[in-house]
Amino acid sequence: MNKYIFTLLLSSFGLACFAQANISPAKPQSKKTAIMGAKLHLGNGKIIENGYLIFDQGKIIGVGDATLVRLSLTDATVIDGNNKHIYPGFIAPITNLGLTEFESVKATLDFTEIGNINTHIRSIIAYNTDSKVPATLRSNGVLMAQITPQGGTMSGSSSVVQLDAWNWEDAAIRTDDAQHLNWPATPKLRGPGGRNPLSSDALQERTQAQINELEQLFTEAKAYVEIEKPAVVNARLAAMNHLFDGKQKLFITVNAQKDIIAAVNFAKKHGVSPVIVGGDEAYLIIPFLKENNIPVIVKQPHALPNSTDDDVNMPYKNAGVLANAGVTVVVSIDGYWQQRNLPFMAGTVAAWGLDKEKALQTITLNTAKVLGIDKTTGSLEIGKDATFFISAGDALDMKTNKVERAFIQGRDINLDNLHKQLDRKFSEKYEAGKK
Amino acid sequence: MKKILLSLLLFFSAMLSFAQQTYPVNGSYDIRQGQFAFTNANIIMNANQPAVKGTLLVKGQTIQAIESGITIPKGYVTVDLKGKFIYPSLIDPFTSYGLPEATRAIAGARQSIFTSTKKGAYGWNEAIRPETMSNTLFTADSKRADDLRKAGFGSVNAINRDGIARGTSTAVTLSDERENNTMLNPLSAANYSFNKGTSQNDYPTSLMGSIALLRQTYYDAQWYGKQKEEYNISLEEFNKQQSLPQIFEADGWLNILRVDKIGKEFGKQYIIKSNGDEYQRVEAVKATGASLIIPLNFVKAYDVEDSVEARNVTLAQMKAWEMSPSNAAALEKAGIRFALTTFGLDSPKDFWTNIRIAIDNGLSEKQAFLSVTEIPAAMLGISDKVGTLEKGKLANFIITSDSLFKKNTIIEENWVQGKRFIANKNNTKEQKDSVNKVLAKKADAIKESPVKGSLIYPFTAFGNASMLKQETVLLKNGTVWTNEKDGILQNADVLLENGKIKAVGKNLNAGNAKTIDATGKHITAGLIDEHSHIAGTGGINEGAQSSSAEVRIADIINSEDVNIYRQLAGGVTTSQILHGSANPVGGQAQMIKLRWGKLPEEMKLAGGDTFIKFALGENVKQSNFGTGARFPVTRMGVEQAFIDEFTRAKEYKAALSKKGNMVRRDLELDAIVEILENKRFITCHSYVQSEINMLMHVADSLGFKINTFTHILEGYKVADKMKARGINASTFSDWWAYKIEVAEAIPYNGKIMHNIGITTAFNSDDAEMARRLNQEAGKAVLYGGVPEEDALKFVTLNPAKMLHIDDKVGSLKPGKDADVVVWSDHPLSIYAKAEQTFVDGIPYWDINRDAQVRQAQNTERARLIKKMLDSKNKGGKTQRPQAETPKLYHCETVGDYSKGITETEGAHTHE
Repeated sequence: MNKYIFTLLLSSFGLACFAQANISPAKPQSKKTAIMGAKLHLGNGKIIENGYLIFDQGKIIGVGDATLVRLSLTDATVIDGNNKHIYPGFIAPITNLGLTEFESVKATLDFTEIGNINTHIRSIIAYNTDSKVPATLRSNGVLMAQITPQGGTMSGSSSVVQLDAWNWEDAAIRTDDAQHLNWPATPKLRGPGGRNPLSSDALQERTQAQINELEQLFTEAKAYVEIEKPAVVNARLAAMNHLFDGKQKLFITVNAQKDIIAAVNFAKKHGVSPVIVGGDEAYLIIPFLKENNIPVIVKQPHALPNSTDDDVNMPYKNAGVLANAGVTVVVSIDGYWQQRNLPFMAGTVAAWGLDKEKALQTITLNTAKVLGIDKTTGSLEIGKDATFFISAGDALDMKTNKVERAFIQGRDINLDNLHKQLDRKFSEKYEAGKK
Repeated sequence: MKKILLSLLLFFSAMLSFAQQTYPVNGSYDIRQGQFAFTNANIIMNANQPAVKGTLLVKGQTIQAIESGITIPKGYVTVDLKGKFIYPSLIDPFTSYGLPEATRAIAGARQSIFTSTKKGAYGWNEAIRPETMSNTLFTADSKRADDLRKAGFGSVNAINRDGIARGTSTAVTLSDERENNTMLNPLSAANYSFNKGTSQNDYPTSLMGSIALLRQTYYDAQWYGKQKEEYNISLEEFNKQQSLPQIFEADGWLNILRVDKIGKEFGKQYIIKSNGDEYQRVEAVKATGASLIIPLNFVKAYDVEDSVEARNVTLAQMKAWEMSPSNAAALEKAGIRFALTTFGLDSPKDFWTNIRIAIDNGLSEKQAFLSVTEIPAAMLGISDKVGTLEKGKLANFIITSDSLFKKNTIIEENWVQGKRFIANKNNTKEQKDSVNKVLAKKADAIKESPVKGSLIYPFTAFGNASMLKQETVLLKNGTVWTNEKDGILQNADVLLENGKIKAVGKNLNAGNAKTIDATGKHITAGLIDEHSHIAGTGGINEGAQSSSAEVRIADIINSEDVNIYRQLAGGVTTSQILHGSANPVGGQAQMIKLRWGKLPEEMKLAGGDTFIKFALGENVKQSNFGTGARFPVTRMGVEQAFIDEFTRAKEYKAALSKKGNMVRRDLELDAIVEILENKRFITCHSYVQSEINMLMHVADSLGFKINTFTHILEGYKVADKMKARGINASTFSDWWAYKIEVAEAIPYNGKIMHNIGITTAFNSDDAEMARRLNQEAGKAVLYGGVPEEDALKFVTLNPAKMLHIDDKVGSLKPGKDADVVVWSDHPLSIYAKAEQTFVDGIPYWDINRDAQVRQAQNTERARLIKKMLDSKNKGGKTQRPQAETPKLYHCETVGDYSKGITETEGAHTHE
């Protein structure tokens, strides 16, 4: 592996810094930088056609309409942004990125711990910054991700990272942002016939038992965290502390309308703030969601309809229906390597009924808000991290997504990746063969 | 056995008053006279004659006379049946009465049992068990006999419902006498199904495997009859049974068509036991010429009181509930010969309730009567004994309180072989009234249903009440991607006529064509998916052996799969449905056009070349599933699997070419010989460069060609070698990392292969991704900057070329099929929606019509929900809503078809 990368290094490739073998994290920003004349997609729904963006020491210090101001930029590196688009770094919520490398190889699966109540499990410490995958996401504009454990009823805590780091400490933007609950859903009877070995009553009973267990857990946890020095330490209960003080949100994966209502009521009852993940049937209970101000993370618009009779394009429309009705919507996509297609999920949502800049918001500012990182990320606004990218075209469309430069906290990151390297390696072989 | 038959025959013909038997009696003999005269009854001898008012004379087990004004001889017990009716008793041609219920095969994953575990000189596969003879297994079952007699049945066919070739069934009466005396026809029929039952063998795991195994068995049996080296009880019995009636248990009209196709191949006309959904495609069923055995287990109403749960009931389920009671009427109207069975009912008691419902829904009483008497008797070869009341036939009759089909009629007595059984006579008046009340109530509940929905094609959501018509259409003033020399034409028109593209160009004359304004829109050829697994049923992998070249996707096309419609909505018009990748040599592929609403045969792309799936890598060596006991488990073994297969095929071919050879027809090797003769073409699932290189070498050395490498994710590493051999590539745009063999899969793969000059396509292998293949093509622009026109060809012209159908489809050229998509935007853009998709000039997808269809569907659902609620409120039976999800297949989907159907047995199933 290293050998061919070494060869690449030797072959005097035009863009020396892009041909680096190990794709090292970028150095901190050393000089004020200004990008002039680009179309700024702010991420908050607004757009500036001919804008300027100035950042220094990793932070945005200026953003606005370039036609309205005169800027003195003698102390800054200036990048010509004419005909370019600038977007805030896209944020991938709910992903096992960095917790797995190859789905079929057990040794690389670090996202599902055994057991049912895993509130003490923390994803951040398993996040592998040396994974080959993140670099393949950055080159499509995905610059941050919420690394999320899976499995069980309470899966554990996620953390938000930026995708250019030496180790997980560097990577972390916000640790333990949320606990993740897989709501015990009554399984749909899959007919016809007895494919479910249990009767519908037995299934419902089992579901209810799981909900009872959750009730018990939350009640006891709340009492536990009030004790200053417990005689017997319980790591699971202790880990739920920040759910009750509001520092941690409760992400609940739940899809059926009845279950969503039950899950929201559960969260309210225990005084924690919920975020619905999945929410296939959320569009059927919009007034309820608005009334309770519940954000929804829509899963993967590129999906088949849930049922034979459903509108064949319902999964494409779902996020737009919710957002247009006033629900805070975040768009996600399943998996880890698949996250490079996150921009096109938002593109799909835009194609099927949501305003383009609002669709952008579902993978930028809305995501930042729901993950609790909107003070520093999610939009191009003064004071926020300079985490953004420059694309030659509309980044929500695969036809025009062309990420030319990307910055994370002001650092000019290397957009090379394994795939580009292999492309070069073999393209060069064939080129050489022609000569 | 013959002996019993003979003695029975003598018994009947001679009408001996002197009954002999082989069994000794412990004590004194008690032989009764058995002489009865039933007087003053309305005797219905058969369906075609009016009732005779008179006397029925019975002696022993035989009818002596039916006449009016007869003098009753001395020594007869006279039974006065004034006001009563006598009918021949009913015959059920499809039961497992008196036979062990087939127990389910061992659950769980494949066991790696490759050949029969049965000791002795039997066939290799346990699912082929024609040596099973029901007459040797049959033992009377007094409880079930009593239930059936109470419903009016006097005789049944007893079938051992286990296996694909199930052996012979036995026609018996429902008397409680010793089995020696109740056999009507010990070898009534040979029986078949697609369900391997208790067989422990891995093979077959799929429906297409079951079909292939049966087909091969016919050839094996033909060969067996001519050869002298092998003794094989299974094949010997199989051959013997060919002269019997052949009963095939199939479920649903799609399976009727499949069964009939096999029958036609081997000159068999099966009697087909189906599941009662034939009304959905009655013409196609009629065209088979088959006689049917039909159950009356109508779909129960779904409990839709909870509107949230009601969402789980599909339109097809609701419509089936409404329409299944009219199935028998539809068959009668179409002139299809059919018998009725109690099979599938919760209890034989429901038979009369349901037959009356069928009559209320249009079945004539005469047909109903024929279908439970003469027709089943003829099917089972027992018309000489039962089915009608005639002198010399068995005294198998029922005595009813009134005309048989009247609502409140009670079957009072059931006489079997001259022996009296009380059926329902002992009811006191009160009991009787209460029974009547129940019956009346049920009947009423059904009667109040004048309005019925219409049939839709296909019988699922988004089906159409009438077949869509071919249109003459002018698509005007769009951006036209010709995929031809002309490239992309601005402000151009496309004229569709008679299912073909008539003209492409500027300012075309509309003539009498319907004009569609395509201003601002893009027009392309329909998308073509080289690698799809939709529209199949019963599994797409037959992975129990390293080669399954004998199985055919053509056998299992499912025209009712909603994914066909969903993909039309994404602009797909042609798909190659492939076998999965569980073994090195997979099955034969089938190309279909997405003609939504047509029959499976009508969807198939006519003419042209046919393909076969090969596979390499982790799947075929079962790295991630299975027991690891099936060869091969390494890439080294995979090479030898191919070498062995082709070496044997060459030897087979040589042997076949010798005059007067006795070579056994081998369907597996036939397919390989076709490859060697360039009549069948390979598309090979492949990932890493070493194995790709290997297969190219194997092909070179054994003299065959590889047409396409599919998936081919490391094609970019050996693109020059592929190019040198003229091999095509059908890959994914950007999949990787899901297993080790895609560790170096890159999204630039398509670009590199394309640049080398390989004909390159992007495929789906996935029902979801196939809905946006145009966007996948867009990724060829994103990763590597393939020119847009070339990128679109990745999902249109290039797959057409590698499928050898580019003379028909793949570009907008006059004379080619009118498979055309109108896009709202640039077709490679995420913002593009397919607004209309034409196949053969028929607009199967129209985004505006779709909105109307959904609205109409909601109205129809609301009507049916209300009707079900009414039915529930009137005391009708209900069942809990059960979500019905079409099964989705990928390359790697392995499962067990038979296990699935065994589990759902008895339930009304859709595919």
